[in-house]
Amino acid sequence: MAPIRIPRKIFPPSRWCYSTAASPHSRLNLPIDYKSTPLLHHTSSALPDSLGLPSSSTSKSLNLYQAINSALRTALATSNQVLLFGEDVAFGGVFRCSMDLQTEFGSERVFNTPLTEQGIVGFAIGAAAEGMKPVAEIQFADYVFPAFDQIVNEAAKFRYREGNTGTSVGGLVIRMPCGAVGHGALYHTQSPEALFAHIPGVRVVMPRSPSQAKGLLLASIFEHNDPVIFMEPKILYRAAVEHVPNEYYTIPLSKAEVLKPGNDLTIISYGQPLYLCSSAIAAAEKDFGANIELIDLRTIYPWDRETVLDSVKKTGRAIVVHESMINYGVGAEVAATIQDQAFLRLEAPVKRVAGWTTHTGLVYEKIIMPDVARIYDAIKQTLEY
Amino acid sequence: MDFLVPSNIPPLPTYHVMNHDGQLADPTREPPTVSEEQALVWYKNMLTVNIMDTIMFEAQRHGRLSFYMVSAGEEAITVGSAAALGPDDVITCQYRETGVFMQRGFTLKDFMSQLTANRNDPGKGRNMPVHYSGKNKVGVHAVASTLGTQIPHATGVAYAFKMEALEDPTATPKVAACYFGDGAASEGDFHAALNTAAVRKCPVIFICRNNGFAISTPTSEQYIGDGIAVRGIGYGIESIRVDGTDIFAVYEATQEARRKALEDGGRPVLLEFMSYRVSHHSTSDDSFAYRRRDEAESWSSRNSPITRLRKWLEKRGVWDEEMDKKARKEIRGGVLRELTAAEKEKKPALRGIFDDVYAELTEEAQEQRLELKRLFEKFPGEYDLHEHEGGVGGL
Repeated sequence: MAPIRIPRKIFPPSRWCYSTAASPHSRLNLPIDYKSTPLLHHTSSALPDSLGLPSSSTSKSLNLYQAINSALRTALATSNQVLLFGEDVAFGGVFRCSMDLQTEFGSERVFNTPLTEQGIVGFAIGAAAEGMKPVAEIQFADYVFPAFDQIVNEAAKFRYREGNTGTSVGGLVIRMPCGAVGHGALYHTQSPEALFAHIPGVRVVMPRSPSQAKGLLLASIFEHNDPVIFMEPKILYRAAVEHVPNEYYTIPLSKAEVLKPGNDLTIISYGQPLYLCSSAIAAAEKDFGANIELIDLRTIYPWDRETVLDSVKKTGRAIVVHESMINYGVGAEVAATIQDQAFLRLEAPVKRVAGWTTHTGLVYEKIIMPDVARIYDAIKQTLEY
Repeated sequence: MDFLVPSNIPPLPTYHVMNHDGQLADPTREPPTVSEEQALVWYKNMLTVNIMDTIMFEAQRHGRLSFYMVSAGEEAITVGSAAALGPDDVITCQYRETGVFMQRGFTLKDFMSQLTANRNDPGKGRNMPVHYSGKNKVGVHAVASTLGTQIPHATGVAYAFKMEALEDPTATPKVAACYFGDGAASEGDFHAALNTAAVRKCPVIFICRNNGFAISTPTSEQYIGDGIAVRGIGYGIESIRVDGTDIFAVYEATQEARRKALEDGGRPVLLEFMSYRVSHHSTSDDSFAYRRRDEAESWSSRNSPITRLRKWLEKRGVWDEEMDKKARKEIRGGVLRELTAAEKEKKPALRGIFDDVYAELTEEAQEQRLELKRLFEKFPGEYDLHEHEGGVGGL
């Protein structure tokens, strides 16, 4: 019989790393230091201001799964219409996002479903059509595909099909962990945001940090009348820790954020690669004396074209960075929009740094994903063009 | 007006051969037509799976693997059913069927090559541990992590066999077999697979490992009806529930299912093997967050499929404590030896990044390959690629 021990983490970062991409001589491809990255609120001081909250508001240091848990608890306490369900949600979820919520809000509102993604999403659509606010969890983004029919043909088209009846599935949120952790291989790594972004009628959101996640998730549940695909970069569940306001607050969807102003080049990204961009920018600014602007798209569709275009019109150069495959990806849409609407301001072709066009084979995972060296190289090429 | 009321229908009985003491439960029946040599092979295979599981689970804890899944409690299901299948039958499975690979000829080296993702892994180091690629060697499709997707594949495999048999009635008849868990049977693919197989009369054996859990979700929250076997009736499929800890019952049921599947041009059969997931779901799971610590131990002490067969062998005088100790020691030594050897092997060559996505490398993939090569050469200090066969040159 297998020895039974308690793992400290449900999806632990293994000491055993299949990918040999990082070298002991690395200067650029170093592990991200989440404790010092400028992208996280390591203290509470600037937090209320950046989120438009009163300075009296209090906060707590949380990682991403705790921030999601806080958002879900806030949502369940705010409205009886909110339901939370999915596979293994009752005991807290495989990533602990729903911890203690069944105990606090009861098994009528927080519950396990049978193992069927199409069933989970179809059920959520029906409940949303009758005025509930269902938050459905898909255990991994890699497992959402059985629900594709329900998302593409039902959730996305619901209001359009209903026409004058005014019925919609607003309030429906489909949450899913996504992205690479270094050893997830073909089925615990995918980031299918581009597939959803191709479907008019669903909003696609991916937060970069705990405080962003709480505000964006609450906005998705309460402030929009559209179904939302809410993608959570699972590598950040434990890695990203920052101050998160205790109270209810929202961050508007479809609004990008300039994380760092700059004049020479604009980098547009979202989710985990923002941390890679931040490291690459620090190295490039030191080496080339350039001044680079970093934008978090936050909502991938419908996206904030104005913020991106204003920035590129100012800098004249742009790079789009994302983890999922480059082919027909988010970068293609952003780059095409930039060349269409800011062509005369461009000093260099818009570059894309993204996952290679392949599947995420276990031993190759880190090589397939964009890394700091690739972003640094793209910055250099774009500045020198 | 008569409604069918589920609670009025008696629960499906469970087929078994042995009792807990390893003796015939029904002394009036004939003993199973299994030789002592066969039973000894099965016992050693079950033991090997169990010991390998124990060692590899620990190895993951020590950071030597990224992930592992054990099949404690279910060894008789996989070994016993695989023993009843033909050598040319094709199998699609989930991820807890190590015993199937073992019984059909995977060696410790085969397992370790996959688990350490080295260059000898037929899956080219692309898949998570325990997602074995056994098509050529043991007739099992490479394993995916997705649940239920493999079930309709078995229906299609079986239909291909049916067509082959129509073309060449003299060829040895083959069936498809498909393994899946009680949770996966909730996926739409399960229902699609069974119905299609029934309508197209496909020679396929659907094998459900009902181990009581889908990660944390107990079967009481997975279904309200009488398990999985009764679903077959709704699709017009002959079905049986079997004690999955009784290897003779598993073997006999699979053997009979195979006979039925090949009868009159083919038809599907559904088997539900009852067991219990003794272990955590995987090394990424902590089952004490949702079940009592002593639950698994008390189940194992009563129901271990390995102990049960051992008692049968001991009663026949072909196995004893001494032999057991020796076998365990040999297996443990073999696993550790093969693990260490596998770890020393190179990882697959870097060309495996882009190979096999399409039958031929696309023009775009070719460009990406060259771009990656340029980056490796421009930033040699940023990438450590020496563990891959051929280093950068292997791209």
